[in-house]
Formats: sequence, C-alpha cells, structure tokens
Amino acid sequence: MNSMTTKLGWLLFAILGAFAFSNVALSRGEPVGAIWIVIATVCIYTIAYRFYSRFIASGVLRLDPTRMTPAYKFNDGLDYVPTNKYVLFGHHFAAIAGAGPLVGPILAAQMGYMPGMLWLLAGVVFAGAVQDFIVLFISTRRDGRSLGDLIKSELGQIPGMIALFGTFFIMLVLLAVLALIVVKALAESPWGTFTVAATIPIALFMGVYARYFRPGSIGEVSLIGFVLLMLSIVAGQYVQEIPAMASLFTLTGEQLTWLLIGYGFVASVLPVWLLLAPRDYLSTFLKIGTIFGLAIGVIFVSPQLKMPAFTQFVDGSGPVWSGSLFPFLFITIACGAVSGFHSLISSGTTPKMIRNETDARFIGYGAMLMESFVAIMALVAASTLEPGVYFAMNSPAAIIGSTAESASQAISQWGFYVTPEMITQTAKDVGENTVISRTGGAPTLAVGMAHILSEFAGGRTMMAFWYHFAILFEALFILTAVDAGTRAGRFMLQDLLGTFIPSMKRTDSMIASLIATAICVAGWGYFLYQGVIDPLGGINTLWPLFGISNQMLAGIALILCTGVLFKMKLDRFAWVTIVPAAWVLVTTLAAAWQKIFHSNPRIGFLAHADKYRDAVANGQVLAPAKSLGQMQQVIFNDYVNASLAALFMLVLISILVFGIRTVLHARALGKPSAREAPFELLPAEALSKS
Amino acid sequence: MLKRINQTIRYMGQSVRLMVGIPAYDAYVAHMKKSHPDQPVMSYESFFRERQEARYGGKVSRCC
Repeated sequence: MNSMTTKLGWLLFAILGAFAFSNVALSRGEPVGAIWIVIATVCIYTIAYRFYSRFIASGVLRLDPTRMTPAYKFNDGLDYVPTNKYVLFGHHFAAIAGAGPLVGPILAAQMGYMPGMLWLLAGVVFAGAVQDFIVLFISTRRDGRSLGDLIKSELGQIPGMIALFGTFFIMLVLLAVLALIVVKALAESPWGTFTVAATIPIALFMGVYARYFRPGSIGEVSLIGFVLLMLSIVAGQYVQEIPAMASLFTLTGEQLTWLLIGYGFVASVLPVWLLLAPRDYLSTFLKIGTIFGLAIGVIFVSPQLKMPAFTQFVDGSGPVWSGSLFPFLFITIACGAVSGFHSLISSGTTPKMIRNETDARFIGYGAMLMESFVAIMALVAASTLEPGVYFAMNSPAAIIGSTAESASQAISQWGFYVTPEMITQTAKDVGENTVISRTGGAPTLAVGMAHILSEFAGGRTMMAFWYHFAILFEALFILTAVDAGTRAGRFMLQDLLGTFIPSMKRTDSMIASLIATAICVAGWGYFLYQGVIDPLGGINTLWPLFGISNQMLAGIALILCTGVLFKMKLDRFAWVTIVPAAWVLVTTLAAAWQKIFHSNPRIGFLAHADKYRDAVANGQVLAPAKSLGQMQQVIFNDYVNASLAALFMLVLISILVFGIRTVLHARALGKPSAREAPFELLPAEALSKS
Repeated sequence: MLKRINQTIRYMGQSVRLMVGIPAYDAYVAHMKKSHPDQPVMSYESFFRERQEARYGGKVSRCC
C-alpha cells in the first residue's frame, strides 16, 4: 500500500513536470510565465535526484555506509572534520557557485531561452552532477586527495603533470574573463565604480576589526560590513550627481584595466586577513543571500519571458558571440550544466569533511543541481528583458554603433522591436548614462534582477538601487576570485617552475613569490587588456576560450572517472561517465578547432589574423589598431589565442590517450586495480550516527 | 520540537561559518581533549588565524 502511494506520488510529480514543460515548449509566440520554467526545472531535478543519482549511488558505485572516511581517519579538528551533511552541503554549494553559471546562460540567451534551458537541464543531470558526485566519491575513497594526485595515481605521472599544466592556463583565462566582466560593468559608470571602490576601505576596516578589536567575530563584522556596503550604494548616487566627484570615478575601460592589474598584484601579496578574508565574507554571504532573493523574486513575481524560444541566431550569426549552436552553445553555457572547475572542489576540502560515504550523493549530485537552478534563474532574468534592449546591451559597438538611434536601427533590422526611447529609458531607470554595449553579462543580469526585485520590493524608484546592488554583488565576488585566484595561480606556478628551478619552489621566499605573482598577473592582464580594446567586445574572444578550458577540465575529470570505473571492474556501468565524457570531448574539441581554423574572421583566430595581414599589405589600418605597429600586435594576439586553443586541445587529447590506455590495461587484468585506501570500518560512534 | 529548531539554527550557523573556511571550534576542542590530551589546544583566536591562513594558502577554494 505504502509503496503504491509513493509510486502514485512520483507519477503525479512526473505528470506535473511534463505539463509545465509542455507549457513552456509549446506556447510559441505567446509570452511564458517564468513560474512554468521553475516548476518544470524543479520536477526534472527532483526526479533525476531520486532515480538517477540513486542508481549511481547504489547500483554503480555501491556506496558503503560502514566504510571509513578521511574525516574520521585523519580527524584533526581543522582540515579533516566529520561534518553534518546539510552543513557540508552549504559549504560545498558556496564553493562551487560563482559568476560562471550567471554569465553563461545570459550570453546563451541570444539564441532564445530554449536552447540554453534544454542544455542546462540535460547537461546537469547526465554530465555536471555526475562528474561532481563521482569525483567526490573517488577522492573520499582515496584519503581526500586532490584531482592532480588522483590523475597521477590512477592514470599515470605524465597525465597528472599535463593536467596540472592545463589547470594553470585555465586559471589565467578564467581570471582574465572575470576581470573583463568587471571592467565592462564599471566602465563610464561613476556610481558602480564608486561602490565597488568603496569595498576596499570597508574590507580593510573589517580586516583590522576582526583581527585586533574582536578577533574571529565573523558574524558581527560581516553585518557591519553589509551595512556599510548598502550605504556606499546609496552614496554612489550622490557621487554621480556631483560633477567633480563623478568625473573622478568615471573611468574608461583601459584605465580600469590598469587599476585592476595593479590591484590584483597588490591584493595578492597583502596578508590574507587584511583584505582577502573580510571581502570573502561579504561576497560569500551576499552571494548566497542574493541567490535566495532572486529565487524568491522569480517565484513570486513570475515575470514573463519576452525573449522568443528560439531566435534566428542559432545559425551562428549572433552579435553577442559568434558561432553556431553546435558546438558553441555548450561551451558558452559551461558552468551551469557541467563545470570542470568543480572537480577541483570535489577533490578539495569537501571530501576531507564528509562524515559518511553515502553523503556524497546529496552533496555532490545535489549541490550541482542547485547550481544549475541558479543558472536557470539567470537565463530567466535575461529573458525577461525586451529582446531589443537585451541586444542593445550585449552587442558590441562595432555592430550597433554607440548611440540609441544607431542601436535601435540596427536591432530593428534583425526583427526585434526597439525604439531609441526604450534604450534611454532603461538607462535612466537604472541610474546609468548609457546601457548600450554593456557586454559581459553582468549588466544584463543586473537589469533583469532590478526588474524582478523592484516588482517585489520598492517599485520603480528602487530600480537604480537594485541595479547597483546587483553590479556590486557580482563585482565583489569576482574581485575576491581575482585575488584568491592570483594567489592559487602563484602557488601552482611555483610548484610547476620548481620542477626545473628548485629555488622557485620556496613559497616562503619573498623574491620567488613576487616573481610568480608578477608572472600570473601579467598573464591574465595580457588577455584582459586585449579583450578590453577589442572592438568586438572581448567577450567574443575570451568567453569561448574560458568555456573551452573549463569544459576541457570537465573532460579530464570524466576521463578519470571512466578510468576508475573500469579499474573497479564496473565495465557494464561505465556508460554513466563515458556518455557525458564523449559529449564534452566532442563539443570542446569541435569548438576549439573552429576557434582556430574557421574561415569566418569573427570565429576563427587565424582567419582574423589573415584579414589583418591583408590589410597591412594594402597599407590599411583596421580598428582597434591605430597604427601599423598595433596591427602587428592584433595579429600577434590572434596567434597567441590560437595557440592557447590548440594547447587545450592537445592537453585533452593526450589525457584521452592515457585514459584509453588505462581502460585497456584494466580490462586485461582479471581483478580490480583501483588504488583506493584499504578498507577500514568506520568507528562505532560514527556508525551509530548514520 | 524546540530541540529540533535549536539544532537547525546551530547547523545553519555552522554552515555559514564553514562557507568562509572556519570549521566548528568546539568540535576541534573536543577532538583535541579526546585524542591528544597531551598536546596544547589553540585558543579561539589562534584557531581562527590558523584556519584563515589555511583557506587562502594556495589551494583553489572556490569556482568561477
């Protein structure tokens, strides 16, 4: 009887999901309420969690509730602490959620909301959540070791080194693209620039407070910081109105770039308690709070989606980024569907704190579903804008010009209704001078959030506040990531260089650290600068490179998972990771190939270089270059970008070869060969808890 | 019921602190007393500082 009601309940749930989904999918031409997307999404996630993740947990991996976990084995109360699964879920989710899942879907919205939504749903269920879950499982069974170590021990020394090398370049591209998003959001915006600049003194004050006045009082100091942040948003409006102040904080993209590069260097050599840690508190709590606020707003306001389900830009001619649906949608969405970076977190702090192996399902699979939900909400926020306004904000000036008139004329020709007044009114509503060509996703999300949140609280008068709140929230955690990422990159680099120059390995050496930091900052600064001056907006170049690198890492992690499954003699279940690995590999390699060799100069780096070379031969100078010397620089940048894409392809292919070798070797053996920590029983106190 | 609410609030506090890299201090003290009674136990302040340094000491602690 009981099982009958359960089955009936799941059936009804599935019908509800299918109904909501058909409502979204079949209502062509009529605007859809966002609530239907939320219902369809939640139903699909719940069913996937209940059935697919359970199949992986008990059918494939056979999670063992009596098996020793690193948290008990090495318990030190610091790194290794047995932790309640709900507490650890929060930690894990906060660590994996960042700017990626917010920006990717917004950029993908140029093809309509449907392609992005479908890939977010399918990708997370069959690829992203599976990767996070299985990597967490693998690391938990191996004393909580890191991804690099896991690859070294399961696939071999050389692939381990290759993966580490690849990860360093991912870091550089990631930091450059994140910094670019901040630059694009703050350029020519005194209000935004002031509030973000104000976070630095606020964080310094918090740092000193939590170090000397009231040591370790995280809650208290965060609350004070939060109040100061809100005041700085309000003050920003007055700064904008006073001409002398406004001109001080009105900066061009190039000025902001140099400031950010300087900031990145200084911030990452300061002691962590002074700037990084307190800003980390603010950005983490603000991020979690805003995500909740946005979810509540979307559910209660249920805004209508104005973006069509599909636009004509699925053919690859879109203004926001170029390239056709296959393969570029899949590398543009990236983080919300499957993110290689998560494999670093799933083999980082989380496996060291997991209390019972069976918790890996809830934490690994569950947290990724939630991350994907955040991405769905970002897609909703972007799709609630008038499509014409969306394209005005996200198309580069080289395509739509820099005035409201030229933009509305260009966009109307694509078949989207927009008047110059609509564009200027949007800017006025959110308290900005202009919203044209504010590429990078953050301003679009901010306008969408301002629409939703102002309907929820404050009405139209509060829109400008909510807009700058959203910009601040994104800039804050991006700056924290730039700072922490530069540090992490510096240690990676010292580790890598240390293999050849032993003195570089010393992390306590001032000179070695400064050199490594300078190389890191110069690395991402170079990509940032070429992105900022690019007339096509920079995002067109850097976001695909970032997506390719991130998906490459996902491919590496899924190959590792597949290798381990074969080594565990789970051959007949290996499709669980082979299918997503194959898809990620195909899309990533196809995208990288097209970025290098495509004949359209907006897509292919080499074609772009050729175009500039031909111009040089004819004595012409093309934007952004202003002289023949700068033309050479553009050509050089194209070759650097093409080489980077080629490098990512090489890394991925070589790991694939090592993965296949591992699988063949494992199949030839008659017994399991996975290198797990030997079986031990969980201590009795722990067994009674689970 | 009240006990469960209390428990939930405690877990939420714990989770929020862990999000910024500070695990439960009482769990640390309990562990030291039980497993290493001969070793000195860090004060909350030094525990806090130790964890702060560890969180940003070069590993990747967050995503894109």
